[in-house]
Amino acid sequence: MANALVTVPKTARRGEIIEIKTLVAHNMETGYRRTERGVPITRDIVRTFTCTYNGVEIFSAELRPAISANPYISFFTVATESGMLAFNWLGDNGFAVSTSTYITVT
Amino acid sequence: MRRIITGAGLLLALAHAFAQDIPPGDRRSGYEQMGRETRAMQDDDSANPATFWVLEGETSWSKKTGTANRACSECHGDAAASMKGVAARHPAFDAKRGRLMNLEQRINACRVERQEAKPLAYESRELLALTAYVARQSRGMPIKIAPNPQSQPSLDAGRALYNRKIGQIDLSCAQCHDQNWGRHLAGNAIPQAHPTGYPIYRLEWQGVGSLQRRLRNCMSGLRAEAYDYGSQELVDLEYYLMWRARGMKVETPAVRP
Repeated sequence: MANALVTVPKTARRGEIIEIKTLVAHNMETGYRRTERGVPITRDIVRTFTCTYNGVEIFSAELRPAISANPYISFFTVATESGMLAFNWLGDNGFAVSTSTYITVT
Repeated sequence: MRRIITGAGLLLALAHAFAQDIPPGDRRSGYEQMGRETRAMQDDDSANPATFWVLEGETSWSKKTGTANRACSECHGDAAASMKGVAARHPAFDAKRGRLMNLEQRINACRVERQEAKPLAYESRELLALTAYVARQSRGMPIKIAPNPQSQPSLDAGRALYNRKIGQIDLSCAQCHDQNWGRHLAGNAIPQAHPTGYPIYRLEWQGVGSLQRRLRNCMSGLRAEAYDYGSQELVDLEYYLMWRARGMKVETPAVRP
C-alpha cells in the first residue's frame, strides 16, 4: 500500500513558484485517549516532516498530537534547477516513510 | 363503517407521511452543505485521504487470493471498464440468491464463490478498500435504482423504517432529513441523507467507513439499538436511500465532516 502521496509538477520554468502537496497515511494517535476499559493508548504520531531540493532543506514541520490523521501538508517553493525533491516523515515507534520525485526545470 | 373510517384515516396518515418527500429539484448532496475546506479536500484526490483506500483496493483487485488462487482482475479485467456504473446500481436484487445485496455483500459473494476465500469482515480495511476502489469507477455517474416486483418489498420496508420513530429520542429519519434538513442539530448542519459518496472519508472517524456504519451511528444517536452489519433491515434502508437519491451523481470517495 502507498504510504505517502506527493503531488509536484513534472516540469516548471526557472523562477516559477510551484505548489507541492503531500499526504501521508498515519493514524496520529494522540496519546490522550483511553480504551473502553480505561487503559491509556500510547501516543503514536508523525513527529517531523522535511523536504529537500537537491539535498538542500527547503521546508520542514514539527507535527503535534492535535493534528488529524493522515496529515496533509502543502507549501510553495521556487523552481530553481532540475533535480530531486525528497520527502521524509519520521514518527513514534520507528515510523519512517520517504519518497522522492524528479522535477525538470527549463 | 368504523373499519372504513380507520382505513381512510390510515390512508390519510400515509399520504401525509409521504407528502413530506423532498421534491427532486430541491435535493442536495451533503457536499453542498460542507465548508469550503472540506469541499476542497474532496475535490482534490491528492488531498483526499480516502485515496489511500482506493489505491489499496486497486492493489487487492489484481492480487491472487483464496483456494482458487484467483484475482478479481482475472475475471473482471480492467475495473475502469468492468466496474463502471456498478456502485450506481447497488443495492441490487440478485435473482440467483433471491435477495437484495449491497456492494459489500456482492464483493464478498464473489470472494467466497469465485476465489474460494473467506469473506472479508464488514468494516474491515480490506473490504472498505475494495468497495471504495469499485465504487470509485462510478464517480460522476447518476445513481440508477429501478425497483422491480422482486425488490419492491425491500423498498417498502426501507421506506417504512425511514419513516418509523425509533429509540429513546423517538425520532424517525424523515423528521430530521426530510423535514429539517439545512437546519442545525447542535452545531452540525442536517443533510438530506443522500448516500452519494460511500464509502466516505469522515473527518469525525478519521478514516473511511461504509454507509451501514453511518446508519448505525445515527441509530445509536437516537438511542436505538442499531441493526447488525449486513442485516436485511440495513440493506433495505440503503436501498430506499439510494432510490431516494436516484439521478444524483456518485461522488465516491466523498469526504464528509
